[in-house]
Amino acid sequence: MSQFFQRYGAQIARLTFEHVWLTGSAMLFAAAIGLPLGVFLTRRPGFARPVLGVANVLQTIPSLALFGLLLPVPFLGDRAARLAIVALTGYALLPILRNTYAGILSVDPALIDVSNALGMSGMQRLVKVELPMSASVILAGLRTATVTCVGVATIAAAIGAGGLGELIFRGVASVDNGLVLAGAIPAALLALCADGVLGFAEKRLAVRR
Amino acid sequence: MAARDVEFAHLSFDLPDGRRLLSDVSLKVEAGTTTALLGRSGSGKTTLLRTVNALVRATSGRVLVGGVDVAGSDVIALRRGIGYVIQETGLFPHMTVERNVGMSLELAGRPVAERKAKAVEMLALVGLDAGLAGRYPWQLSGGQRQRVGLARALAGDPGVLLMDEPFGALDPLTRAEMQTMLRELLHRVGKTTLIVTHDLEEALYLADRVVLVETGVIVADLAAGEVRASENEAMRKYVAATHREVGL
Repeated sequence: MSQFFQRYGAQIARLTFEHVWLTGSAMLFAAAIGLPLGVFLTRRPGFARPVLGVANVLQTIPSLALFGLLLPVPFLGDRAARLAIVALTGYALLPILRNTYAGILSVDPALIDVSNALGMSGMQRLVKVELPMSASVILAGLRTATVTCVGVATIAAAIGAGGLGELIFRGVASVDNGLVLAGAIPAALLALCADGVLGFAEKRLAVRR
Repeated sequence: MAARDVEFAHLSFDLPDGRRLLSDVSLKVEAGTTTALLGRSGSGKTTLLRTVNALVRATSGRVLVGGVDVAGSDVIALRRGIGYVIQETGLFPHMTVERNVGMSLELAGRPVAERKAKAVEMLALVGLDAGLAGRYPWQLSGGQRQRVGLARALAGDPGVLLMDEPFGALDPLTRAEMQTMLRELLHRVGKTTLIVTHDLEEALYLADRVVLVETGVIVADLAAGEVRASENEAMRKYVAATHREVGL
């Protein structure tokens, strides 16, 4: 066991860092697109169906196929990590978008009514009422997206983007279960961690009524 | 702010599907008076009320607040000058009582100290202890919540106060308590008040004038003191329908 760690410890640490970097950047991009877009959809409900539809379709493409499909795209295909981040962003988008949209729409209409009657501008209503009231739903979306991302990111190793998937693929190829576990266990722990932290924040932000 | 008059001039409102909710409503509410919009559910009284702060836009006709057409006004400025109280209270559950009450000042960009002082003043006005300022709405009783809603509506010193079935969800005892408090309060603050209710007793107790609305049309418009003896057919029917002898 200690021999195993001596041999692979540094690699596990480096690949875990890579993994966190891949998912972290993808989550940042997905949130930067998904949150404002979700808010926009609540203001222009006509766009909601087509946009959520596209995000839905994106989600259903098998990850390996998506990585493969993006490979020949110029600029993206140049660097595997870049491509992986774009693909992961696509996967993370739907839960964020859907929960932001649904969360804001689920705010009690009486509160919206009163916000308007108090003379709030659209932005004031969003910041003071709609976002705080839907924060836990939006966070639940971020949580789902993060956990999905951590899982899908292991596949990114197939196109050479690095991350913990590298150990898993190598382990599978050389029929070395120890190596597979060396990739799978930290990946699972990362997912659990993200789930726990975001779940805690979600509970804290839930509004008691 | 000085109380402002409200005038509806040939006001009609149709839903997108063509159903007519208000039909050629004309009514002038004098500044500083309390008028009850009485009627059964679906009569259009709430819709009529909501045209005043432009939550509902009339299909035709005009609403004038202080002589100014609502349609041409800056909607945010208009609403900040009008208090609004609803049955569900609409208190923001993620904000303390103090922040709820001070919201109109917060929106106007007033400093925190002023907001706090105002909240305490308004809580006293509606008969609540200043110690409740730090509580959240879920920690209050139904009657207390409704008082906070009223305090919030009055905090911005509006020229007009709109109330939509404010006590509809309260038990009869709390309701009576609230009516007593409101009646006294309205006399004191002298706001132009429009109160929507289906409760004849409440209308007579609180209002100077009672306007009966049926299927989007004003069918009776009487001083509160004249309602019971009125010859108006629609009002007679409403009075009779809400008054039942209990056979023992």
